[in-house]
Amino acid sequence: MKTFDYSRADSPEAAVQGGAVGNTRFIAGGTNLLDLMKLQIETPERIVDISRLDLNEVEEGEDGGLRIGAMVPNADLAANPLVTARYPVLSRALLAGASGQLRNKASTGGNFLQRTRCYYFYDTAVPCNKREPGSGCPAKDGFNRIHAILGTSDDCIASHPSDMAVAMRALDAVLVTLKPDGDRRRISIHDLYRLPGDTPQIETVLEAGELITHVELPPPPVGKQSYRKVRDRASYAFALVSVAAIVAVDDGRITNASLAFGGIGPMPWREDAVEKALIGQVPGDAAFNAAADILLADAKGFGSNDFKIPLARRTLIAVLRELTGDAA
Amino acid sequence: MADHTLSSPERLSTLDRAVQRVLGQPIDRTDGPAKVSGDARYSFEIEADNALYGHILTAGIGAGRIDAIDADAARAAPGVVAVLVDDPRLPADAVNSFDKLKSWRLGHDIRFFGQAIGVVVAETQEAARAAARLVDIRYAPQQGRFTPDLSHPDEIEPEGLRPPVKTGDFDAIFAGATFRYDQSYSTPIHFPAAMEPQATLARWEDDELILHSSLQSTGGATKAVGRALDIDPQKVRVIAPFVGGGFGGKTSVGAEAIYAAIAAKHTGRPVKIVQTRRQVAALAHHRAPTRQRVRIATDADGHIRAFGHHAVIAQRDNRSFVEPVHIGTTHLYAGDARLMTVDLARADHPTSGAVRSPGEACGTLAVEVAMDEAAEALGLDPIEFRRRNEPKVSPANGKPFGTRKLIECYEEGARRFGWDQRSAKPASRREGDWWIGHGMAAAIRSNITVEARATVTLEADGSAHIETDMTDIGTGTYTILMQVVAEALGLSPDRVRVSIGDSSLPRSAGSGGSFGASSASSAAALACQEIAGKLAAKLDAEAKDLTLQDGHATARNRRVPLTELLGGEAISAKGHAKPGKHTDAHVSASYGAHFAEVAVNAFTGEVRVRRMTGIFDIGRVLNEKTARSQIVGGIVWGIGSVLHEDGVIDPHSGQFVNPDFGEYHIPTHADSPPIEVHFIEEVDNLANEAGAKGVGELGNSGAGAAVANAIYNACGIRVHDFPITLDKLLSALPEQD
Repeated sequence: MKTFDYSRADSPEAAVQGGAVGNTRFIAGGTNLLDLMKLQIETPERIVDISRLDLNEVEEGEDGGLRIGAMVPNADLAANPLVTARYPVLSRALLAGASGQLRNKASTGGNFLQRTRCYYFYDTAVPCNKREPGSGCPAKDGFNRIHAILGTSDDCIASHPSDMAVAMRALDAVLVTLKPDGDRRRISIHDLYRLPGDTPQIETVLEAGELITHVELPPPPVGKQSYRKVRDRASYAFALVSVAAIVAVDDGRITNASLAFGGIGPMPWREDAVEKALIGQVPGDAAFNAAADILLADAKGFGSNDFKIPLARRTLIAVLRELTGDAA
Repeated sequence: MADHTLSSPERLSTLDRAVQRVLGQPIDRTDGPAKVSGDARYSFEIEADNALYGHILTAGIGAGRIDAIDADAARAAPGVVAVLVDDPRLPADAVNSFDKLKSWRLGHDIRFFGQAIGVVVAETQEAARAAARLVDIRYAPQQGRFTPDLSHPDEIEPEGLRPPVKTGDFDAIFAGATFRYDQSYSTPIHFPAAMEPQATLARWEDDELILHSSLQSTGGATKAVGRALDIDPQKVRVIAPFVGGGFGGKTSVGAEAIYAAIAAKHTGRPVKIVQTRRQVAALAHHRAPTRQRVRIATDADGHIRAFGHHAVIAQRDNRSFVEPVHIGTTHLYAGDARLMTVDLARADHPTSGAVRSPGEACGTLAVEVAMDEAAEALGLDPIEFRRRNEPKVSPANGKPFGTRKLIECYEEGARRFGWDQRSAKPASRREGDWWIGHGMAAAIRSNITVEARATVTLEADGSAHIETDMTDIGTGTYTILMQVVAEALGLSPDRVRVSIGDSSLPRSAGSGGSFGASSASSAAALACQEIAGKLAAKLDAEAKDLTLQDGHATARNRRVPLTELLGGEAISAKGHAKPGKHTDAHVSASYGAHFAEVAVNAFTGEVRVRRMTGIFDIGRVLNEKTARSQIVGGIVWGIGSVLHEDGVIDPHSGQFVNPDFGEYHIPTHADSPPIEVHFIEEVDNLANEAGAKGVGELGNSGAGAAVANAIYNACGIRVHDFPITLDKLLSALPEQD
């Protein structure tokens, strides 16, 4: 591990001041960052510890939504009665991630910013465009079982590892941030992430020193909710495919659908056209397959992840069957 | 000294006559509290004044040469004391007592990705690791053999642990048989995956080297260390009272031990090195990938006439270990014509070696699935097929078996599991989104007795002390040796002290090959037998007429407290167990039967093992609890080998793609179902003085095949390339309603 300077911020304002300087990283739970620092994939010169900031509340908004402090641990958020009652998809996604110990440490804000688990990103002896821009991508013609099938580029095919963020995307979450100049801004989760293109090292629109302070959820959408994660073992593995889904059926037809996907893209994946294709349809495999066709129209496998294309289809159909079961 | 070479099996052993009734009891592990409270100190936690820390430099190419190493920047980095890259003794990976020195002394030749090439020594571990990144290594890469073609081996039937089995005219009998089964299988690389990585503290006292090192043997390791360092093994002391798992990966001496020893000599200070998790994958050995062909020919009634098991395994240059793939198959089923061989393909991979259940783990996975397929093709229940082919003597060499309760294991297992509830027709039971299936398989593990010594002292106060250089790698050695001595000398277990894990103690077999417990227990029992003889003499009695119980000796109608009988003087005796002519006259093995219920998701192909039942014949049960724990752990390994574990090597670079617990998937608790384990106990006095057979590797044998067979029964899909990950089921899953 490379030596670094450490300071602890006692306010968000102090944190962003420190965070704006050179090669600085915020640390909250550290469940991802410390691993990356030990392997010298991340080599910050300064660490600003934000773990003791007073951002631990889950508050009910006036509109019936939620305002979640960025430091709320994943375990606490998953168990929060407001979350389990109104946003079960979020609770289930959180509990599908990592292990009990990690969920106790990992923060809500940090979870959005997990780095990919691409095998080659993790080995500093080999090239990786995300780790060392311009060095190359061994994953494309190497082993890519966990890699993306949508949104990839010539430079990077890494997938985003978060479960929580997939549910957040289905729930139209909004991130509230504080910038070093004191400005606050609200960033829709739909605008947070960037496709890799030829700059896979830049993963979000966050600016240097910009700190996530809260996450806001609009009132829960109408419909039944589910989070289905398919992985290589029953626990403690990243998603091969996951689906966060909220679907409403009224009078025999789908009236609302919100679908986000994990494991298949460089970011939690959501596509309006998939949902539009379902709305107004009679629930059934014909409609579900049509939605999957749209989702996977541009899907591209790289060898060992080819199976994700049929797996994503089958998982989507299973989830839609589950959520429309009584009505189908 | 009480020598015992297995030559008089009819004689009742010391343990058979004993009446204390502590042997076999499910006593909690005596080292448990120290381990869970953190009091137990593992190698890297041993304190040493003024210690330095080393970080091993590893190669970033898979084949080629190092042209130049520039370590100036690393040497100038804060806290760095030395960077060692030129000592010709620096090993490429683990060292042992049987391979040629040139197998690990590779100099600047790179033969596998992650090969050790030097060490940075610094005041802190972090400084050493950070400086390692500053060492500039220039390579001349070559095209490596990273994807060996296991269809075209380089060496035919190389010498290995097990000779080929060739009896009868296999080709003719196979060709002429009524029923023929012929199928190829593959198994991937498996990591030992011990929780504690390889770690060593090395210090020199004059010309004596003291290594606190995480190893499966202590005395046995001194020879390897001596060879690797060009020093007298008598000048090496290895200490390992606690070892956080070995699974075969610590049968060799880790590279870090040799680097630490060299660095400690160079700097004049103690040096600690722990391999990082990612380094362990390449620097410790792995289980070789295999390609296997299983051929079974029967008559119309399902009696096996010919059994073929051929394997090709991968190994790197100059390493001699050959995965003994047919070791379990050799004696398992009938069939006069037998052809069982292992060939070898050379690869530029890290070293392959003995990982828990060498041979059986991968061999039974293929063979026990093959038996299931053959039974189905013959229209026989898999148990009935096995029953018809249960040999009375070894089909390989005609020798008699020791105890073999395999049929009883099938029957008891079937009864407890509810085998009669199974539908023979695949894909006939559905619960919601899940297909439910049942499968079974046999377990076999060769039983080996290895030379072992122990000293037992009956102290004047009536307590006992056993000393042997055995290790406890999480297996229960402390506890079972306590029980053996307590049983043999008629003592309460808390009156027995156990000293192990130090090469200065009498030489044992170490932990490995499932021979540790039985061999060390035999030595302990023999030492106790000699003590009992001396106690009998004090009572003017024959040893056979002496009863030792509750700290008293009884003979000739006299019952005397041991303290009184000892009269203030301790009695010490040395036990020495070694294989004798009975070892060659019999075929000794542990046996069992596995039963599994699985669920296969009809949409996604995910597999969940719902429950397993296993019945086992391990001879005398030394401790019902630790034995059960060994079996349960082995079964979980079996689940890992059939569903999850897959060490992947990149075809272009030769690197391990998934060398950590994040991406090398071993079963989690959620993957491990309720596991019911029972023993059918029959003391095997042909096996050894303790009457116990190996248990550590038995549970792993066949467990994966039972799961694979249950997957077939659930959804009707046979997968022959392990592990059975969901992508291999996806396209063949039955149509949805």
